[in-house]
Amino acid sequence: MNTEIIGILAMFLGTLALAIPFGKYIAKVYGKEETLLDPIFNPIEKLCYKLSGINPNKEMNWKEHLVALLTINMIWFVLGMFFLMTQQWLPLNPDGNPNMSADLAFNTTISFVVNCNLQHYSGESGVSYFSQMWLMFLQFVSAGTGLAAAAILFRAFREKATDELGNFYEFLLKSCTRILLPLSLVIASILVFNGTPMTFEGKDQIISLQGDTVEVSTGPVASFVAIKHVGTNGGGFFGANGAHPFENPSYFSNMVEMFGQLIVPLAMIFAFGYFTRKRKFSWMIFGVMTLGFLLLTIPNVTMEMKGNPAISAMGIDNSLGATEGKEIRFGAAATGFWSIVTTVISTGSINSMHDSSMPLSGMNQLIAMMINAFYGGCGVGLLNFFIFIILAVFISGLMVGRTPEFMGKKVEAKEMKIAMIIALLHPFLILVGTALATAFPEQGAATLNNPGFHGFSEILYEYTSSAANNGSGFEGLGDNNLWWNISTGFILILGRFLPIIGPIAIAGLLASKKYIPTGNGTLKTDTGTFGIMVFAVIVIIAALSFFPALTLGPIAEYFSMK
Amino acid sequence: MKKHILPAIKLTAVTILLFALLYPLAVWMIAQISPNKGKGDILIHHGKKYYSNIGQSFTNDEYFWSRPSAVAYNAAGSGGSNKGPSNEEYLLEVQERIDTFLLKNPAVRKEDIPVDIVTASGSGLDPNISIEAAKVQVKRISKIRAIEEPILEKLIADLTEQPLVGLFGPSKINVLKLNIALDEIQQN
Repeated sequence: MNTEIIGILAMFLGTLALAIPFGKYIAKVYGKEETLLDPIFNPIEKLCYKLSGINPNKEMNWKEHLVALLTINMIWFVLGMFFLMTQQWLPLNPDGNPNMSADLAFNTTISFVVNCNLQHYSGESGVSYFSQMWLMFLQFVSAGTGLAAAAILFRAFREKATDELGNFYEFLLKSCTRILLPLSLVIASILVFNGTPMTFEGKDQIISLQGDTVEVSTGPVASFVAIKHVGTNGGGFFGANGAHPFENPSYFSNMVEMFGQLIVPLAMIFAFGYFTRKRKFSWMIFGVMTLGFLLLTIPNVTMEMKGNPAISAMGIDNSLGATEGKEIRFGAAATGFWSIVTTVISTGSINSMHDSSMPLSGMNQLIAMMINAFYGGCGVGLLNFFIFIILAVFISGLMVGRTPEFMGKKVEAKEMKIAMIIALLHPFLILVGTALATAFPEQGAATLNNPGFHGFSEILYEYTSSAANNGSGFEGLGDNNLWWNISTGFILILGRFLPIIGPIAIAGLLASKKYIPTGNGTLKTDTGTFGIMVFAVIVIIAALSFFPALTLGPIAEYFSMK
Repeated sequence: MKKHILPAIKLTAVTILLFALLYPLAVWMIAQISPNKGKGDILIHHGKKYYSNIGQSFTNDEYFWSRPSAVAYNAAGSGGSNKGPSNEEYLLEVQERIDTFLLKNPAVRKEDIPVDIVTASGSGLDPNISIEAAKVQVKRISKIRAIEEPILEKLIADLTEQPLVGLFGPSKINVLKLNIALDEIQQN
């Protein structure tokens, strides 16, 4: 077998093998059970609680959780606006980069607070090292917020009937200290030994072998790149993100970063099973997600390895695949694989330019974000998937003519309304945004880098990436202007917080209901049949809402190339 | 909400210390024991400093060329062309690069030109080319530098970087290291 394919298999299977024990560890963290890292983190966390005046043992109901979550996120937003708009005067700015404009700071701050990391600036010239450190802080806590939200869901389905769902601050802090920090430290250390810089000096000037004078941007890259993957954030230290040879210097670093972004979303699935003592149920979730993931990945890798037919037609040797926008050290296969991993989970870091992917590869990247629940981002992937489960439970219930039940709780009108709103919100945000940008060509078409169908895909991709809190882009789009900064900014907020509020509300409502023991008529949710049901719901929702838009973009482009 | 504001501000302050100060400091300290002290892979040649994993522009005919770049290998920035696969303007550009390549390498057949040497990388700073892209330039360099072809082929074979532990990923060659070695052959 080809070494490029073996490389992909090693990345996926290796991560999966580690995700299962790591999931068990996560379940222990949220369940306050003993773990190996207790001697280090117990005192640190104790000190944090003491200094912040927080009692981690105070139980919260779902509403208190949400208030706490939204309050602290608002504080991060205010601080972020302040830091980015004054970075020129703050310390650690050796390259003398200027302050951000208000609209760009608005977009950037929101984007990092909501774990999206859509970047309408380039790291080399757009932010100081101080701002990079601040953004890195947001990468920790925004991923922590997502994980904490998932932990609330965990709690809601462990107890038979309860209002007490743990303490938000405890979930948040532990997610950051015990899950994200250790992984980031390990990965950052591997990266510095592989040639990723970690320095606070400014740009370096060198004279190339051929005699050209060029500058080399550098900085505290390793610490940033590690958490950007572990927290499924994806924001690049440099403009070229994970394609930059400093962020991702070798095939080995590429494998490590792939592991970094995939491990937590995978482990969370198993953590749910361990925590709620329903391991078979988490295998059902894993099965459905993996099926969807493979259906997107396999064609993508194949198409990227096959290369651009229009370039093949020129009569050159096209056997390396679609190399435009790709790096030789990764090759077409690992790049195609990365482009789907980064879009199914909400990382959005890129190791190639997605704008230059083959038309249908681009479509698969879009579908991955449109569904946004095949693995999904840190914590939030499970929340999104939970909405689809509730819908599938309801439809199955109707089919057999019984009140739908899930985990021993009746699913009633109120929960269903919330689930429907959240399921429809995602297509609503994406399609309305795209329609508006297309309707006003001086805002939309004027900023495109490519003509025709592909240009439309650039607009569609930008809004899909915003609503899915992904952060990757068809980067040809000239997106640092008032229209893009503001419109995507609002979509980012709605696309983040409503899909957190909705599932937690449903989980909270269900948790407080009376527990009905399993009987003969109970719908079993941990079976293959139910898995197929969930998969069908996902396909129908995604296909029905997005197919017309996809036809106008990537599908039309594909057929125009034949 | 009110009762959450103060704890949230305090927790934010404490965690900033933890994740934006202590964590990067720890990584920085680890970097100090790494071979290049966290400054990137530095390569010193005849007293001149290069970064071995940041690609350089090689356009002179007596050097092995690197790939086209959207940022002209100026690492003050980075990025790709972001041209879509069906973009007519882009395809014309690729066709032009093929024509230029054939003009400067008259001994090469068109079907032997590998695609990476006529397409731009994602970062614009790709330090590598494929083995095929190095081999296809041998005839030109041999003629200009008056070095026999087998010597150049051996050079390429010596500097070829095999897949990771022989199993994972593609083979490749670092253009800067290749050209440094090329200069050294000439000097000896």
